[in-house]
Amino acid sequence: MSINATPTGADVTAEETTRSTGRHATVPTQRAGRRKPPLSENRKAERKLGWLLCAPAALVMVAVTAYPIIYSVWLSLQRFDLRFPDEREFIGLENYVTVLSNEFWWTAFGVTMLITVVTVAVELVLGMGLAVIMHRTLVGRGIVRTAALIPYGIVTVVAAFSWRYAWTPGTGYLANLFSEGAPLTERASSLAIIMLAEIWKTTPFMALLLMAGLALVPEDLLKAASTDGATAWQRFTKVMLPVMKPAILVALLFRTLDAFRVFDNIFVLTAGGNETSSVSMLAYNNLIRGLNLGIGSTMSVLIFVTVAIIAFVFVKLFGTAAPGSDDGERR
Amino acid sequence: MADIVLDKVSKKFPDGTVAVQDVDLEIADGEFVILVGPSGCGKSTTLNMIAGLEDISSGELRIGGQRVNDKAPRDRDIAMVFQSYALYPNMTVRENMAFPLRLAKLDKETINQKVDEAAKVLELTSLLDRRPANLSGGQRQRVAMGRAIVRQPKAFLMDEPLSNLDAKLRVQMRTVVSRLQKQLGTTTVYVTHDQTEAMTLGDRVVIMRGGAVQQVGPPQELYDHPRNLFVAGFIGSPSMNFLHAAVQDGGLRTGLGDVPLGDRVRRELEAADAPRELILGIRPEHFEDAELVDDDTRRRGLEFEAPVEIVESMGSDKYVYFTVEGERASAAELEELAADAGASDFSGAGSNLVTRLSAESPVAEGQSRRVWFNLEKIHLFDPTNGRNLTLHEGRAAGALAD
Repeated sequence: MSINATPTGADVTAEETTRSTGRHATVPTQRAGRRKPPLSENRKAERKLGWLLCAPAALVMVAVTAYPIIYSVWLSLQRFDLRFPDEREFIGLENYVTVLSNEFWWTAFGVTMLITVVTVAVELVLGMGLAVIMHRTLVGRGIVRTAALIPYGIVTVVAAFSWRYAWTPGTGYLANLFSEGAPLTERASSLAIIMLAEIWKTTPFMALLLMAGLALVPEDLLKAASTDGATAWQRFTKVMLPVMKPAILVALLFRTLDAFRVFDNIFVLTAGGNETSSVSMLAYNNLIRGLNLGIGSTMSVLIFVTVAIIAFVFVKLFGTAAPGSDDGERR
Repeated sequence: MADIVLDKVSKKFPDGTVAVQDVDLEIADGEFVILVGPSGCGKSTTLNMIAGLEDISSGELRIGGQRVNDKAPRDRDIAMVFQSYALYPNMTVRENMAFPLRLAKLDKETINQKVDEAAKVLELTSLLDRRPANLSGGQRQRVAMGRAIVRQPKAFLMDEPLSNLDAKLRVQMRTVVSRLQKQLGTTTVYVTHDQTEAMTLGDRVVIMRGGAVQQVGPPQELYDHPRNLFVAGFIGSPSMNFLHAAVQDGGLRTGLGDVPLGDRVRRELEAADAPRELILGIRPEHFEDAELVDDDTRRRGLEFEAPVEIVESMGSDKYVYFTVEGERASAAELEELAADAGASDFSGAGSNLVTRLSAESPVAEGQSRRVWFNLEKIHLFDPTNGRNLTLHEGRAAGALAD
C-alpha cells in the first residue's frame, strides 16, 4: 500500500482518501528527503482490516489461477513428453517456434476465429431481437423469458449430443430433412453445424446481457425521441443503441472470450475431424491425449495470450467498461 | 401554431383504472395552460395523450382543428420537455438540439442556423460542444427547452420541467419559461404539481383531481372564487384555513365565534337537503391584528381572541399561527390535500389557524391576541360534496351577501 509523501499532516486525510479510491493507488512511496507522514491509529487499523478481508480471496485466487498459469508457462519452456520422460530439458522458446510454424495450429486458429466471429455476430443480432422481445412483452412475460432461456440451461455436452443425433443420417430428423449425405463428415457442413449449435446454445445468454442494457435506456429518452419525430427504427439506432453501447460491448467481450475457447460442441460433434479442430481441441489433443506437456502447454499459453489480447482490445480500444469498474461511463 | 381541443377525452387502463375522465378543454392558439393537481390526478396522463405517448380510450383530441387521436407523436408536430430532461447522453448539446431538425431532414446550414439561434436565446452558445453529463441541472433544463423550441412546433408540452431544479433556480427558470412562451407565442400545456408555478405561469390553470377537471380559469379567479373545497385548499400558500361550522339559528357557530349570515346564504341553507354542518374557509391574508383595523373596515368583519403559538416574520408581513378551540374540519378533499402535502399523519389538537398580519403588529409568541377577520372573504363549503355555497354565478360573495 502506498503512503503519500505530503509535507503537512493536515492534507493527509483528504489526500489519502482520493488516493485509495483513485486508480493510481501504487504511486512511488518515498521521495528522497521527505518524511513519511505518520498514519493515525485509526487508519492503520482500517488498512489492516482491509488486507485481512482480502486475504482469503487472494489466497484462493493464487492457488487456483496464478499457480497453474505460471506452471504451464514453465512447462511450455521445456521439452517434456511423457512418452519420453528422459528427454526432458529446458529449451527456451523452441516450443513456440514449433507451434507457430505448424500448419495444424494455424488451421485450428483459423477455424476458431471463424467460429468466434460468425457466432458472436449472429448471437448479437439474434440476442438483441430476443432481448427487445423479452423487454417489451407485456403478456406472458415469464413464459416468454423462460422459453427463451431454456437452451442456456441445458448442459452443453447433452445439447451437443442431441445435435449430433439430429444430424446423423438415417436416424436424425434434421439430417433426413435437410441433407442427403452425412453432414458431419464434411468440413463446411460440420463447421456450420458446430456454429449452429453454439449460437442456439448461447444466444439466450447474450439476450440476457443485452436485456440488462435495455433496462438502462430511460423510457423518457424514447418518448422524447418519438416526439422529436423519430421512427421506431430511428429510435432504436439513434437513441437505444448508443445508450446501450457499454452493455453491448460487455456482452460482446464476454461472448468473444467464451467463443474463442470453444471445445465441447466440437468434441462431441466432430471430435475435430475434417480440420474442424479449434485451438482448445488441439491443445487438448496434444496435452492430454498426446501426453506432450511441452507442446500442449505452449498452446495453452498461446490461447491465454490471445484471449488476453482480445480483452485488452475491447477494454482499451473500444472503451468497454471492465466489469466491476465504474468510471461514470454508463450514464 | 395551433389550438388544442380535448373533447370528452378519457383514459382507461387495461386493468380497469380510470386515469382521466371526460376532460373537456379548449386551449386557444398561443395560450399558456397549466395542468395542476396532486400526484395521481391524471395531469401527466392527459399531457401524454396530447403528445400521443398514451392512447386515448375515448373522446376526441384535435390539434389545429385536426383529429389526431390515431396519429403517432412524430406526426403531431409537438415538442415535449420532460422532468428528467431526457437529453441524449451520447450527443453534444448541439447534436441534441439538432436532433429533431435532422430527423425532419433539413439541410445542414439551416440546422446550424436554427440551433445557433435557439442557443443564443437560451444562452447556451458556449456549451454547444459539451455533453449532457458535463452540464449542471439548470443547463440541462435549458438544453431540453432548446431542443423543443428549435423546431417551431405547433405546441409545447412540458411535464414538470422545473421540478428537478433547486428552489432558487426554479424561480429563475420560471421567468425564463414565461418570457420564452410570450416571445414565441406558441400554445403551451404545462404540467406541474406545484401550485405556485401554476399561479405564476399560466394564462389559465386547470385543476385536476382523480382524473377529473375541478375548475378551469385564470389564476386569480381560482384563488378568489374557488368552486369547491379542493380548489380552495389546493391553491394558495400558506393554504386556506378550514374550520368546522355548525348551522344554528340562522348563523354559524365556529371556533372563531358566532358568524352571522346574509340572506342569500341563509336561504340556501333553509332548503330541506341543506347540510347542518359546514366547513368555513378563510385565507390567511383576510385576518388582521384588531388594533390595526380602522372602524370602517371593522364593521365588515368579526373579532376573536386566541393564544399566539408561533410568529414567523417575513419582513413584509407576519405569519402568525393560532390554535383555536372546537372541532376540526373534516372532509375527503381535506384529507387528500393533507396526504399530498405529506402531512396526513401529522395533526395537533384543535384547529390550527394561519394568519397573515401586518408587519407593524406587535404580536408576540405566548401572548393572547385579538384578531379581526373579514366576513366578506369567507367561503362556506358543503362537507359532503365540497361545493362552495358562497359562490353566486361564479363569484364568491362571502357570508353576508344578501
